[in-house]
Amino acid sequence: MSFPWAKVYEPKVPLMRWLDEKLPLPRLVYNAVGAGYPVPRNLNYFWNFGVLAGFCLVLQIVTGIILAMHYAANAGVAFHTVEHIMRDVNWGWLVRYAHANGASFFFVVIYLHIFRGFFYGSYKAPREMVWLLGVVIFLLLMATAFMGYVLPWGQMSFWGAQVITGLFEAIPLVGPPLKTWLLGGFAPDNAALNRFFSLHYLLPFVVVGVVILHIWALHIPGSSNPTGVEVKSESDTVPFHPYYTAKDGFGLGVFLIAYFLMVFFLPNYLGHPDNYIEANPLSTPAHIVPEWYFWPFYAILRAFTADFILPAKLWGVLAMFSSILVWFFLPWLDKSPVRSGHYRPLFRKFFWFGLIPTMAVLFYCGGAAAEEPYVMLSQIATAYYFLHFLVILPIISMIERPAPLPFSITESVLGEDDGAASAKSAEAAA
Amino acid sequence: MIRFIGIAVGLVFSFVVMLAFVIGAYTAATEPTPPTAEHEFHLHPEPLKLSSDGPFGKWDTQQLQRGYQVYKEVCAACHSLKFVAFRDLAQLGYSEAQVKALAAEWTVPGIDPNTGETNTRPGMPTDYFPSPYPNDVAARAANNNAVPPDLSLITKARHNGSAYLHSLLIGYQEQPAELVEKFPDSKTGVGLYYNPYFANLNIAMPPPLHEGSVTYADGTEATVDQMSQDVSAFLTWTAEPSLIKRKQTGWPVLGFLIFATVLAWFAKKSVWSSVKGRKKA
Repeated sequence: MSFPWAKVYEPKVPLMRWLDEKLPLPRLVYNAVGAGYPVPRNLNYFWNFGVLAGFCLVLQIVTGIILAMHYAANAGVAFHTVEHIMRDVNWGWLVRYAHANGASFFFVVIYLHIFRGFFYGSYKAPREMVWLLGVVIFLLLMATAFMGYVLPWGQMSFWGAQVITGLFEAIPLVGPPLKTWLLGGFAPDNAALNRFFSLHYLLPFVVVGVVILHIWALHIPGSSNPTGVEVKSESDTVPFHPYYTAKDGFGLGVFLIAYFLMVFFLPNYLGHPDNYIEANPLSTPAHIVPEWYFWPFYAILRAFTADFILPAKLWGVLAMFSSILVWFFLPWLDKSPVRSGHYRPLFRKFFWFGLIPTMAVLFYCGGAAAEEPYVMLSQIATAYYFLHFLVILPIISMIERPAPLPFSITESVLGEDDGAASAKSAEAAA
Repeated sequence: MIRFIGIAVGLVFSFVVMLAFVIGAYTAATEPTPPTAEHEFHLHPEPLKLSSDGPFGKWDTQQLQRGYQVYKEVCAACHSLKFVAFRDLAQLGYSEAQVKALAAEWTVPGIDPNTGETNTRPGMPTDYFPSPYPNDVAARAANNNAVPPDLSLITKARHNGSAYLHSLLIGYQEQPAELVEKFPDSKTGVGLYYNPYFANLNIAMPPPLHEGSVTYADGTEATVDQMSQDVSAFLTWTAEPSLIKRKQTGWPVLGFLIFATVLAWFAKKSVWSSVKGRKKA
């Protein structure tokens, strides 16, 4: 689909005309990310993160495939092959640091992309499917990242795998045998390492598939924008190329500067020193912490410390998975017809003074040791997290009086819109 | 309907977690966790400045050579260095012939080419540093039931690695009387040594460095502090031989990216100049 004023692909050279008749791939690209895709003219820099996430995915696949050429998924030698990559493979240290920090930057980008969606109401009709597919991608990325972190077979790899697969034990009746089946043993060992490697290689390509669906679903209604007002006329849009390719190019440059600063000067800052100790099932690290991007969810898991009908551990597991599953229902929990947080005074207050501090507290407590006051802080934050999405948002959307919306994107940018004026006078005449 | 179910689910989760909060707060108030000796007496490492630190760091090959000597003459009695090969020593400023000679000073496990029996032979540049023990069981048996860790990655495997190592090596002291008074159960055990920089305060390694443990070829005075700094520098190198190359590669990459990003900014400005009147939001 597209808007009626979208530019139409016209191959100029005979070869491209020939190709277009047989396989209109250039036409597809032209309509997807070229001049054939009209995009609202008022997007701010928060709209860069979709393209950046796509870039990160490609970066991780390319560096990952190179690493797989030198890595061996065998519990006896995995740690050694990683050191082999660091020491003996030409530029191996660069590829490995690029991959490890690439995962972190992927999550930075994804979290900012999700933040954009939360604030500007990108999940609302008609883009529910875009949002649902996005949450699926996020879950796949979490699984992929978790299994990737196990592969170097350091102490945190091993004990992280132990803790996370141990969550399945909390499931009543089938839990313990299910965990043994998933791991291929009673504890993480060679069988688990092998299947994690296999899946870590597979899942990114599943992500590529879902990303294609995500973009396809986006192109049905077209991109949202900071006002949340739908596109009404040609003056509201500009072609994706060259306008947003140029803007994304600049965004990519800024991203790469930050990324390579970490890769070249602080490559281990986001990692854990214990992962430079080879996995040892007989020695438990003092504090088992996952990678930073899992900290908020780890805090929710650990916040449930009291049995109530169900065992505390099961509550923690249910809450941790539910904390992301609620995102699937967001389009139906928040029924306010106004998308953008800019025009929702009450929503905005709870967003900035409720959700954002809550996420910061959960993030901090998830990385801290499981002791007071961090447990108590994460309990308060966890309670607010669920209240925010499941109770406060639905109630806000019923009682809030939104601020007046601009008539159109053009009006919001220029202060006036000729098309809008004539539409208004037509309304007045009627 | 979804909203009613959602509100119910949200209230349930919040109720359960707040219940845990109340129970936790009550427990914290009535039975506060007793303080531990580790909590009160553990020290963070003192800062250590090495020439390889910072974005413009360089190896001090003189210091690395001294550190290698400390490793060889002191640490190697108990600690392996299994990820480092003798050929890597060329990076410390040794010539090819010197590396061969250094390797030959070590005895590595070998196989008799005539009989196939295992034996030992002098090291070659392609060999890796040999382990002082045939296996972990032997290491444990010889060291009061504690396996001396491999040192190849030790500075990356500890928070603030090189400073930690330096502080640990010079940090041995008598256990404070105050500690024993307050925590009688935490008295340093037999075969253990008090060291406030070690995580649980009591380390199985005896103080390894003593005034003049080694005699430096370059005439540097072999104080405990000097040897400890030198070996920390050496083990910073073993943990990541590509450290300096990495930092030196980073600068041109960043320079190019900043240049390209400035160009991208002007390209973006020029492309958007035809779109009129973008009001500041």
